[in-house]
Amino acid sequence: MKFKWTLLSAIFTIAMMLTGCEPLTVLDPKGPQAERQANDIILSAGIMMFIVLVVFGLLAFMLIKYRASKQSKDYEPPHIEGNVIVEAICVGIPVLIVAFLSFVSVQSNYIVEATPKGYEDKEPLVVYASSSNWKWHFSYPEEDIETVNYLYIPTDRPLEFKLYSYGPITSFWIPQLGGQKYAMADMVNTLHLAADVPGEFMGRNANFSGKGFAENTFNVTAMPEDEFDDWVKEVKETAKPLTEEKFNELLEPGHLGQMTFTGTHLEFLPPPEGENGGHNHGSTDSDSHEEHSDSENSEEEHTNHSHH
Amino acid sequence: MEFFERFAVPHPSPAIYASMVAIGLTVIAILAGLTYFKKWGYLWREWLTTVDHKRIGIMYLISALLMLFRGGADAIMMRAQLAVPENQLLDAQHYNEIFTTHGVVMIIFMAMPFIMGLMNFVVPLQIGARDVAFPRLNALSFWLFFMGAMLFNISFVVGGSPDAGWTSYFPLAGTEFSESVGSNYFMIAIQIAGLGTLMTGINFITTILKMRAPGMTLMKMPMFTWSALITNAIIVFAFPVLTVLLAMGTMDRLFATNFFTTDNGGMDMLWANLFWVWGHPEVYILVLPAFGVYSEVISTFARRNLYGYKSMVASMVIISLLSFLVWAHHFFTMGQGALANSIFSITTMAIAVPTGVKIFNWLLTLWKGKIVITTPMLYSILFIPLFTIGGVTGVMLGMSAADYQYHNTMFLVAHFHMVIIPGVVFAMLAGLTYWWPKMFGFMLNEKIGKSAAWTIAISTLVAFMPMFFSGLDGQARRMYTYSESTGFGIWNMISFIGAAGLAIGFALIVYNVYYSVRYSPRNISADPWDARTLEWATHSPVPEYNFANVPQIDSIETFWDSKKKGHIMFKGDYEKIHMPNNSGMPFIMSCIFFAWGFSFVFAMWIPLIITTIGILVCMALRSFEKDHGHYISVEEIEETETKLRGAK
Repeated sequence: MKFKWTLLSAIFTIAMMLTGCEPLTVLDPKGPQAERQANDIILSAGIMMFIVLVVFGLLAFMLIKYRASKQSKDYEPPHIEGNVIVEAICVGIPVLIVAFLSFVSVQSNYIVEATPKGYEDKEPLVVYASSSNWKWHFSYPEEDIETVNYLYIPTDRPLEFKLYSYGPITSFWIPQLGGQKYAMADMVNTLHLAADVPGEFMGRNANFSGKGFAENTFNVTAMPEDEFDDWVKEVKETAKPLTEEKFNELLEPGHLGQMTFTGTHLEFLPPPEGENGGHNHGSTDSDSHEEHSDSENSEEEHTNHSHH
Repeated sequence: MEFFERFAVPHPSPAIYASMVAIGLTVIAILAGLTYFKKWGYLWREWLTTVDHKRIGIMYLISALLMLFRGGADAIMMRAQLAVPENQLLDAQHYNEIFTTHGVVMIIFMAMPFIMGLMNFVVPLQIGARDVAFPRLNALSFWLFFMGAMLFNISFVVGGSPDAGWTSYFPLAGTEFSESVGSNYFMIAIQIAGLGTLMTGINFITTILKMRAPGMTLMKMPMFTWSALITNAIIVFAFPVLTVLLAMGTMDRLFATNFFTTDNGGMDMLWANLFWVWGHPEVYILVLPAFGVYSEVISTFARRNLYGYKSMVASMVIISLLSFLVWAHHFFTMGQGALANSIFSITTMAIAVPTGVKIFNWLLTLWKGKIVITTPMLYSILFIPLFTIGGVTGVMLGMSAADYQYHNTMFLVAHFHMVIIPGVVFAMLAGLTYWWPKMFGFMLNEKIGKSAAWTIAISTLVAFMPMFFSGLDGQARRMYTYSESTGFGIWNMISFIGAAGLAIGFALIVYNVYYSVRYSPRNISADPWDARTLEWATHSPVPEYNFANVPQIDSIETFWDSKKKGHIMFKGDYEKIHMPNNSGMPFIMSCIFFAWGFSFVFAMWIPLIITTIGILVCMALRSFEKDHGHYISVEEIEETETKLRGAK
């Protein structure tokens, strides 16, 4: 069978290339979330590979056995309506596979949406990651510093990214630490990650956001916690403070290199969460409601509720 | 001068200027040719005013093929740009416009008219009807689609193409971030074409439910007709969402409303949600008729009845219901939380079950058959393994936690191309080849047809398999370039080779049409494939009235039974046949719609008001018009039948 061999050899070649090359980024995880996702990918890919082979095998069998050229001229194929048992198997096996994968999928959903496994008892480092055309701004409220287009993170500490956007929808993605999540203008999303080992990772906006999208990347450096603390200290000593004027300048569309500031923009331009959110919907935590303060904001929230 | 500046292309390039010249020359050549050969009258009488479902079907197919080449040209440019790192062939803006138009053209203006064309041509014949239920509405559907497509296609030479992706997510597609008129074209052109599609939906549901030949109960309908019925039901439920969505998008862009803006309470993900509430059923609108084609082709060339007819129907009904329950899997990463993601993850993977049933039924149709590999059958055979790869990767994408890694990457791009190309494009090519003799009275060359099928299938693998790997390696979709250090170069180079192969495959199909028109024998029988369904019981090409006598149906495969068991389908003498009259109104009204859309795109309010009145006048005229159609006399029928039988 010409075509069967074409297909098989295509798959074989690709498998060879796969094993010959460096591991693919997503399948080379450096944190617990990415690891869970890589495991899910490999597990489902394996099961799916099996299904593909079964289908290929059945097809090849049918084509070889029942070709007209292999049969006598006067063979009349029978009329077969269907068979309850055969069809029950055709439904039953896929149902079992889907049920199993659903079980894994639901479990994984709750894992990737929570503090990474093994990091539960550690204080998370909160980083506000906001995008503007076509840059990333990283605010470290606890350390009171801010960077542009690069991210320093400590290992062995859970990371909580608070994502939002000054513009189109973007998607914050560091493949080796874990999957992506959207950053939007009207709400703040939380992404839980952690880095097990020090290293340099690629980070980018994965969601198309216009002309400068391709270059909308950032570098991630994970380092032991004491090195991270040294870096914070150094920034505080050397970097210039981030003023409102300067930040507005940074928001202008375009590309920027890596920058470092003391202070964060959160003080003068609060993120769209709690009373500053577009609608107060979504997964933002409920205790942000405690921050309700001035009357202007609660009035705004009132008007926003009318959209529901 | 200021008035005319708006029509200029914001980012012109030599290629666009060349296209302008080429379009201008082509239009002049067509007009001159029609005048020189005195074909204006023929064109008007036989095509522009026709209400015949067969001619409308053929016009849909011609439009679809033209759009296939437009969308294919976009695809080649994209793959060429990405073939090597840091390529300078296209800049970011052009690349963005090209992938946007590629998506829109391929889905809305290629795949949709392709299925519409086959449905139009085949469904009335398969159910033994003389035409669709509302022939004039059918013509209006086609011309609205056609004008929408033309309006969309002129965007790149007048005012600029949309550049926010075929999904046109706001706020990116809003005036804040897309200042050119490109996204207006998106909103208005798709709106006009969508109205046509919605009318088709109503028309075909009515046709299939009310106009079947006597004896053809629902469970005796051919599988393609079943797929058409379910598809049109999905259309009627899904397209109103698109209509509303595009109206909201138009209002945001032109009337400064705040449905999807970044401030004033706009909700950016509202667009995405509504888009996919339409968009996911749309996927099944495309793929179900394709499944119908495969069911006909596989059963014909396995020389066996379709295995598991009932479960085929049931699985399509289940798919149509599930298709409305999975839309959020297009943005698992929106942040809707683990519970919502879990629900949508399960519904998504559940679709694999009815789809799997169909695959197994096709395999079991081959079982104990007598398989003849013709071109349509070859497409169907190649479809099964390729589509399975596309389908199972869909299950992988349905694992929501893992989707955080697949989302927005080339893995996703690979998946939907591996689903849509084997699932829809192969089926359309199979269907086109299969029904070609019924349409034109001669067959396409088998040898060229088969080499095209092989070329396209292998090229599809070469073009899209590498994307699974580059996606897992971190290549996001829609990037106009990448640096060498990413290591994406090799994958993209292989993809480019595959894309070039696809171009060769489609060129072979064009050559096949040319070759067959010139050399193919015209003395073929009405049933050249030894097929099983009703459309093969009438002449090739089909006379205006389809069947001289209304066929009598008593089984799923009445025509097959009439060949094998001597069942008599056509009883009694000829009687005069009532047929609808041609009308220029659908074409004229759609032309006004084109002007209406163009005025809307450029916010020219006075022409917009005038054309709106024009459309309303057309509708009013129609409602006061008395048109009872005409009769074809018995003598005329006898004459036609004798002539057609003689031609055999």
